[in-house]
This record gives sequence, structure tokens and C-alpha cells, in this order.
Amino acid sequence: MDRIPIVDYLALEPEPHLRAHQCTACGARFFGRRNACASCGGTSFAAAAVPSEGTVTAFTIVSFAAPGIEVPFVAAIIDCDGTTVQANLANVTPDADHVHLGQRVRLVTTSLGTDAEGVEGVGFGYEPVDAAERTATTEGSAA
Amino acid sequence: MSADVYILGINMTRFGKHPDADTTDLGAEAALAALADGGVTIDDIDVIGAGNLLGGPGGFGQMLQKQIGQTGVPVYNVQNACATGATALRTAIMAIKAGEAQMGLAVGVEKLSGAGLLIGGSREAEPDTWTPKGRVGAITATDGRIGTLTMPGTFAQIGMQYLHEHSYAGVPLELFAEISRKNHANSTLNPLAAYTKELSLEQIMGDIMIAYPNTRPMCSANCDGAAAAVVVSGEKLRTLSDEQRRRAVRIRASVLTSDPYTEGCQVLFDVNTLTRRAAAQAYEQAGVGPEDLDLVELHDCFATAELVHYDNLMLCPPGGAVDWLQSGAPYRGGSTPVNVSGGLQSKGHPVSATGIANIWEVCHHLRGEAGDRQIEGARLGMAHVIGLGSACGIHILEAAT
Repeated sequence: MDRIPIVDYLALEPEPHLRAHQCTACGARFFGRRNACASCGGTSFAAAAVPSEGTVTAFTIVSFAAPGIEVPFVAAIIDCDGTTVQANLANVTPDADHVHLGQRVRLVTTSLGTDAEGVEGVGFGYEPVDAAERTATTEGSAA
Repeated sequence: MSADVYILGINMTRFGKHPDADTTDLGAEAALAALADGGVTIDDIDVIGAGNLLGGPGGFGQMLQKQIGQTGVPVYNVQNACATGATALRTAIMAIKAGEAQMGLAVGVEKLSGAGLLIGGSREAEPDTWTPKGRVGAITATDGRIGTLTMPGTFAQIGMQYLHEHSYAGVPLELFAEISRKNHANSTLNPLAAYTKELSLEQIMGDIMIAYPNTRPMCSANCDGAAAAVVVSGEKLRTLSDEQRRRAVRIRASVLTSDPYTEGCQVLFDVNTLTRRAAAQAYEQAGVGPEDLDLVELHDCFATAELVHYDNLMLCPPGGAVDWLQSGAPYRGGSTPVNVSGGLQSKGHPVSATGIANIWEVCHHLRGEAGDRQIEGARLGMAHVIGLGSACGIHILEAAT
């Protein structure tokens, strides 16, 4: 393996996408290991691919963050056709003139660098669908 | 529901820096003053609810007893994030309602001065090879890489989400800064607030940006402080003096909820649904509506939070929080003054004390003892807190007749 996703719910193949655990009883979707469904108590889950395009329903531009995190950055909540996702926005100028509620965005992957064994860590973010709203792409590729 | 419960005595310390007082000192100061305010002693207390998050290991309640009276009564040490104080109070109220106690003491205390921003991002040194860890198999800390976990950022998104759902056309920064301006102006009348400086809209918007649209003065202030309350059954109150009965404040509703599942609630905390549920239960218990409230202390941990709670507490029509603010309703002199104490943005937010301090504020007005900031003729008030995770505590309080 030469690439590893930042979290296990980022699937890299065939095209990068987020993968939720969907409760087979009620359809509620979750990221991360489950003990049971928080909505209905069901214990059976199936993998569900989350659409890679969505709408920004909330955002903030974070200026103070943990060490090692480049600021300012845009953190956003994105409605991907009924599944709520959080991520950073990518390839966009981090100010209130370039980010807006209702903005259409799509999944992109980013490089977190390589570890001591040469394995590349792969992160993700969402960039504006409208090319005019994007900054020049220096890293990342459209999903 | 069993017998009525009343606030008999209540106190908050000055909020701010208390470098020479430890957690127990501050808790003892508030507890002893609440007992004195109620005209009783620790020997009258049948149960203690004790709230503290950051004071270190060991039960804070027992530490407190060792300073103010080891009477052997049951102590419940509780933690419920920023709703810890309300939870401690509710524990004492429940004991009285259950008939196991006639009089209870609730104390909340926190030492937070110099804690800096409560961000979610502190983490351990990482190994030199990517190693998946935790419930999402993360190879590195996700805060700041997959959205934000910081409190200012989380609540910024909660406020922005409201503006998305209700199609706000104005400038978010200006809107939220105005809420902060209102509360900072209110704080100038509160001698116990950590910050009592009036700030202009320009000063607030031009201050250090923490997480857009929350600038520094729009964030709750970390500080030290404690608050304590003595609660008593109606039956016991009837045996006490005229003066004690005159100053007693009736608890018309006491509610605690947690967040029910809603889509997306495990991605961005849903602080709305549990607050709406708590408010609905509280109005029903009290047999009153939002229009009956003379003042409200709500959990403005950030300016962005205050806006959504106008709606969640049903102070405004659904979706109408911006219009309600702009109508002047939540200002001093408005139809339902909100956070006349200055709110957490200026009064300060010593986490576990907050859920009792807001009740102290409301009681102060209902007793007609609020001095310069008295809301004249206040008869009915609400105190609300949210602990992220989440817990929501709401109390509706009524002046003695």
C-alpha cells in the first residue's frame, strides 16, 4: 500500500468518495465505528456511498486552531443530497467574500504528505463546483 | 408531580480572576452565602448536588463538605458540560420532589482564568508512520483537517446554519456583532460581571477574529466563579419566617433534556431540537407561554448561539429570530429582555457555575433586588443552558406573591 486515507470513511477507489454506515432498518447514516443505530437501535449496517457533490449549509472561517493547522481555513457543513458531512473547503480564498451559504461544492482529495515508509496520507475537502469561485489549484484533484 | 419547590437562598461570586482562591474556596464562598441568603445553615440541608468539571480528581462535593460542614448527607457529584450547574440544581430539586429531602444545596464552580480558547485540537505526538486510530480510523488529528471541532467554530456554524435555513440577506458579522453589543452594554450595570465595558459595533467587528463570524468579544469569557442555591419544599417553606417566604422564588418548571437523534447531529451538534423540547416541556409544566416571561437568561456562549435560541425558546415566531432581534424585543426595555446580566460574553462563563448563576440573575429581578439593572415589575423569568454533547437545562421561575 502506498496511500492511506485520513479516515476509514474516505474510500479512495474506484473514485474517491465518502462511505457511510447506513442502518438497514431505518436508513440513518453514520461515519465511524458503530455499536448500534442512534436513531432506531438497529444493529445491522450496510456501506453507503455518499454523493460527492453537495451544498454548503453552514461555514466558519477558523483563525485560531491547534498547532500544525494552517489558518485561516474554512470549515463547512455540507448537505450531500440528504447526508450531512463536515470538511474543510479546498481551493477557495478563506474569506466571507469567496465563501457563501448555498455554495455548490464537490469532493477533492489532498495530500497530507508521506510517512517514514513513504506512504502518502490522503485527506479530503470540498472545492467550489463553479471554477470561477476557485483559487488556482495547487494540489488536489477532482473526484 | 409532587409538591412545589422554591429557591430559598442563592448567590454567585464575582466572576473574573480569583488567583488566591481555589475551586473549594470559591464553591464554599457561594455555598455559605446562599445558605445565609436563605437564613439557614448546612445542618438544614438534606442533600447536595455538586458540579465541577476541571477541579481535578476527587469529588468536589466532599471537598466542599470538608470546609463547610460534614453532616453526612448524600452528595451527588455531577458533570454535564456547560449544563453542569443546572444539573446539580435539578438533582437537588428531584430529591425534594421524590420526598427524600426537604431542603437541598446545589453548587457549581469552575476555575478557568487563563485557560485560553477551549479548542478541540490538543493532541499527542504522532508516530512516524500513518497509524489508523479511534472510531474513524484517523491517521492524524481530524480537527482542522476535516472541519473544526473548536467551540467558537462549532457555534459559528450553528449560527450560520440558521441564516441558511431562513434566508438571511444581510451581513452575518454585523448581525451577530449587534447581539454582542447589546450584551456588553447590559454588562455595564452588573458589578459581578468579568467584563463591564461597553463596546461599539465597530469595536466588536474589528476585534480579533476567532472563527468567523465570531470575533473575540462575541465569545464567552473564560473566568473563575461559583454559584450556589438552596432549594426547599413548599411544605417546609410554610414553616419558615415571613421574610424567608417573601423572598422565596417558586420553581414553576425544571427540565433537563439530551439531544434526540436528528440527521446530521453527529456531524454538527444539533443544539436546537433538545432546546425546543426542553422549552416545550417547561412551558407546559409552568402553564405559561413565552409571552408571559418578563426576562430570559439564555446560553449565549457565543453571539451566534443567542440568535438560534430566540427561536428554540419560542420567544419569536419560527424562523423569525432576526426580525425579533431587530424589533428591539430582547433589549433592556424591550418586550422580553434577554441577558440583562451581560450574558456569558461579558459576565463570563465559569462552566459549572453558569447554570446556577443565570438562575441567580433571574431570582435577583424577581425579588426586586437587582439594583441599577432591575427589570421593573418582573414576575416570571426563564434561565436556559446548553452543555454541548448535549444537555439542555431550563428553569422557569416566579416571584413569591
